[in-house]
Amino acid sequence: MRLELKGITKQFPGVLANDDVHLSVGEGEIVALLGENGAGKTTLMNILYGLYTPTSGEVLIDDEPLELHSPSDAIAAGIGMVHQHFMLVPVFTVAENVILGDEPAKRAGWLDKQRARKTVRDISSRYKLDVDPDAVIEDLPVGIQQRVEIIKVLEREARFVVFDEPTSVLTPTEVEGFFNIVNGLKNDGKGIIFISHKLGEALEIADRIVIMRRGRTVAEVLPADVDEEKLAELMVGRPVDLRVHKEEATPGDVVLSVEHLVVLDDRHQRAVDGLSLEVRAGEIVGIAGVQGNGQTELVESLTGMRPSLGGIVRLNGEDITTNSPRSIHKRNVAHVPEDRQKSGLVLSFTVTENIVLDSYYEAPVSRGILMNWSAAEERALRLVEEYDVRTPSVDVAVSTLSGGNQQKVIVAREFDRDVALVIASQPTRGIDVGSIEYIHSRIVEERDNNAAVLIVSSELDEITALSDRILVMYDGKIAGEFDPSASTTEIGLAMLGSQGEAGAM
Amino acid sequence: MTDGVAPPGNERPEGEPGWYSRVTGVGSSIRQATVIPALALVSALIIGAFIIAVTDVDTIRIWGDDPGEAFRLTFSGIADAYKALFVGSFGSIRAITETLYAATPLIFAGLAVAVGFQAGLFNIGANGQMHIGGMAALWVGFSISVPAFVHIPVALMAAIVAGAIWGGIAGLLKARTGAHEVITTIMLNFIALYLVDYWLKSSVFQQPGRNDPISQPAAESAQFPTLIGNYRLNIGFLLALAAVWFVWWLMYRSTVGYEFRAVGANPSGGKYAGMSVAWIYVSVMAVSGGLGGLAGANQILGLEPYRGLSNFAGTIGFDAIALALLGRSHPIGVLLAGLLFGALRSGGREMQGAAGIPIDLVLVVQALIIVFIAAPALVRAIYRIKAPDQDGGTTVSTGWGT
Repeated sequence: MRLELKGITKQFPGVLANDDVHLSVGEGEIVALLGENGAGKTTLMNILYGLYTPTSGEVLIDDEPLELHSPSDAIAAGIGMVHQHFMLVPVFTVAENVILGDEPAKRAGWLDKQRARKTVRDISSRYKLDVDPDAVIEDLPVGIQQRVEIIKVLEREARFVVFDEPTSVLTPTEVEGFFNIVNGLKNDGKGIIFISHKLGEALEIADRIVIMRRGRTVAEVLPADVDEEKLAELMVGRPVDLRVHKEEATPGDVVLSVEHLVVLDDRHQRAVDGLSLEVRAGEIVGIAGVQGNGQTELVESLTGMRPSLGGIVRLNGEDITTNSPRSIHKRNVAHVPEDRQKSGLVLSFTVTENIVLDSYYEAPVSRGILMNWSAAEERALRLVEEYDVRTPSVDVAVSTLSGGNQQKVIVAREFDRDVALVIASQPTRGIDVGSIEYIHSRIVEERDNNAAVLIVSSELDEITALSDRILVMYDGKIAGEFDPSASTTEIGLAMLGSQGEAGAM
Repeated sequence: MTDGVAPPGNERPEGEPGWYSRVTGVGSSIRQATVIPALALVSALIIGAFIIAVTDVDTIRIWGDDPGEAFRLTFSGIADAYKALFVGSFGSIRAITETLYAATPLIFAGLAVAVGFQAGLFNIGANGQMHIGGMAALWVGFSISVPAFVHIPVALMAAIVAGAIWGGIAGLLKARTGAHEVITTIMLNFIALYLVDYWLKSSVFQQPGRNDPISQPAAESAQFPTLIGNYRLNIGFLLALAAVWFVWWLMYRSTVGYEFRAVGANPSGGKYAGMSVAWIYVSVMAVSGGLGGLAGANQILGLEPYRGLSNFAGTIGFDAIALALLGRSHPIGVLLAGLLFGALRSGGREMQGAAGIPIDLVLVVQALIIVFIAAPALVRAIYRIKAPDQDGGTTVSTGWGT
C-alpha cells in the first residue's frame, strides 16, 4: 500500500504555494518532509487532508486517485493527521476526546462510554502509549496530550499518519519517547509523514527525507547520505552556517539583578517562585527550560507587564520592580516578546505603525498630541533597510509579512536605541533559517555593544548556540547553571528537575 | 494547519481579529470597505422589491387570470415605490435638505459608535448618551440668556461633557472591574431613559402648567439657525461635518487615536507598547459619549418643538450601530451611511404618500443591509466575488535569499 502525492500545484492569488510537488510514503516507512516556514509544507498537508483542493495534480493510494473534499474524506481513505496545535477539548476526558466526532452509540442514542474507554485502553497498550482513558485533558502534560491525538488518529484506523511539527512542544526526553512511539507505528506497518524544520530529528527518525523550498520538492535524500549542514543548504538554497559566531564575552557590571522574585500566573499559582539571577553588561544569559515552568511570567514581570508578588528587580542598581512597561522601556530595555503576533505587533497595522508602536509618544514621531507620520515613515524606511525586512512597502499591513520578517520588524524597533538590556523570549520561534541567522547575529552585536542580554527559549540548541551562560529554569526557580559547552543530556536532565518525575515519559 | 484557510507562510492567522474586522470593518482596505456595503445595499433593495411584490394583494389575485398584466402591475408598483423613494430623497432642493436634515443626528450617533468599534468597544449606549447630553443642552438652552453665538457653543459643550461622563461610566466600569461594555451601556440606556422621564416631570425642566412629561423650550438663542430659506436644514448638519473631520483627525492624525486603534486591534499589543489599556477604555467611551451627547443636543436644539420629550432620542442610538457597521467604522463611511439612511427616511415618507408603500419598508431595507454586512460571505456567494486576502492572497516573499 502506497500513498502518493503526484504533481501537486496549488495557486493562491499572488502566491504559488505548491509547484509540481511529488511525495510518496509506503507501508512501514517514515518520510520526513523538511522545509522552512512558508516552503509550502502546510499547504501540501492541507491538500492531503482535504482542506484545500489542488489547482492541479492528484493524491493516490495504490495508484487509485482519491477524491478529497474534506477531512472526513481523508479519514475515510485512511489518512490521519496529528496537528501541531492539538484539537482537544480541555475539560473532557481522554476517552471522550478520542470518540469526539465518531461517537459509539448504544441503542436509542446512548453514548457508549464503556466501549470508548476500552478502545483507548486497547490502543494505548498495543502501542505502549500509557494513557489513562479517564484522565482529564487539561491535567495532562503536553507530551501525553499529543499521545491522545495519536490515539484519535489510530482509533479512526488510519494507515497513513501525518505529524505536523510534532516535537516543537516537547522536551528532549519527551522527544525520545515520541520517537519510540513513531517507530512502533512504523513497525506496525503505518506509513508516516513527519513534517519538521528540525534537521537533527529528520536525520534521526526518517527512512527518507524530502526537502521543500519555495513550493517545490527540491531534493529527496537518504539520511545516511547527508548531514545537517547539507540539509540546511538544501532547505535554504545556499550554504548555511549553523553556528553563531561570537567572540569570548567580556562581562562588565551587573545590569539586571533579580532577587527572590515571586510572580503568579493567571490561575494565581506561583509560576515564578523565589527566583534570583544576574545579567551583566556584555554577556548573553540564556534561560533554558520546558515551556510552562514560569519563563513567560518571569519575562512579563521583568518587563512590567505582570505585577510581582515579592522580590526585587534592579536595573543598573535602580529598583524597577513595580515600574510600568513604558518606564522600563524608557530605561533602554529592549523587549522581544514571546508571542510576536499576540503582543509584539498589531497585525492589522502597517509596518510604519508597528515600527513606532512603543515610541509613538516621543519626538520626532509626535509632537504633543499630533502624530508626525512622515517622521514615522522615515524611521520605518530606514529600519526596513537596515534590518533587511522584506516588504513591498512600509504601508502594507504587517500581517502580510512572513514570520521572519515580522520578527525583524520587532527586533528593528527594539534595537534602534542605545540598548542597556535586551530581554528576548523565543526570539526565533517559527521563523526561517535565514532570519534566525540574522536575528542571532543582531543579538550578539548588541552584546558586543555592551548590552546585557537575557534570552529565553525552549529550543535548547538556540540557548547553547547563543549563550555565554546557561540557566535552567524548572518549576519557577533556577535549577542549575551551565557553561554553553555542557552536554545536552546534562542540561536536559536539569530541565526535568532533580526528582526527574517527568522522566516517566 | 488548524485553520482551513491558513495562508501559506503565515503560521498563525487566527491571531488576526478576523470576525471582528469583517463585521465592523476596522482595519479593512478601501476596496473591501466599499464593495460589500454597496452590494449589501443592492441586495437589500432587491429583496425590498420582492416584499413590495408579494404584499400587493390586488395584483397577486390576477396572476392566475392575466399573468402578463400582473407582471406589468407588479413591476410598475416596484418602480413607482423606488421612484418615490428617490424623488423624496434627492428629487428636489426640499428633498435634499430633508435628507441632510434626517442624516444629521444619525451621523453624530454613528460616529459615536464607530469610535468605539475602532477601539474594540461595542458601544450600544448611544441612546443613553443622547438622552443625557440632550438634557444638558436643554438645561443650558432655557436656563441662561446670552446671545446665540455664545449660547449654542455653551449648550453644545454641556452636551459633550454630559455625554462623555455618561459614556465614561461604562468605560470606567470596564477598566476597573472588567464589566462588559455591552451590558453596562444597555443598562445605562435604561437608566438614562427613565431619568429623562423623571427630570421632565421635575420643576427644573417641566413646562409650567403641564402635567405630562414635557419640558420648557430652549431659548431661541440656543436653537440651531436654519441654513437655506424656510427649509428645516440647520447648522446641525455643518456641525456633523465638523465632527466627521474631527473624528478622522483624532483617529488617524493624533497620538490618542493611534492608541485607540492599537488597543482596539490588539489590547495585549497595546499593553506591551506601554499604553494604559484601562485609561484608553475610559477615554474612548468618553469621546464616544461626547459624540452621542451631540446627537442628543441636535434632537433638542435642532428639532421642533425644541423641548425635551419622553424618549426624544427615539431609535437613533440603535440605528447608529447599523450605520457604523455599514460605514465600516470609518468617519467618511459613517458620513456616507448617514446620508443613505437620511435619504431612506425622507424618501420613505414620499414613498408612503405617493406610492402607498408603508414607511416600514425602509426599516426592513435598513435591517436587510445590516444582515448582509454582518454576513459578508453571503454577499460574496451571491455575487461570486472572491474573499479578499483571506485565502492567502498577499503573502509577501516568505523566504529570504535571492
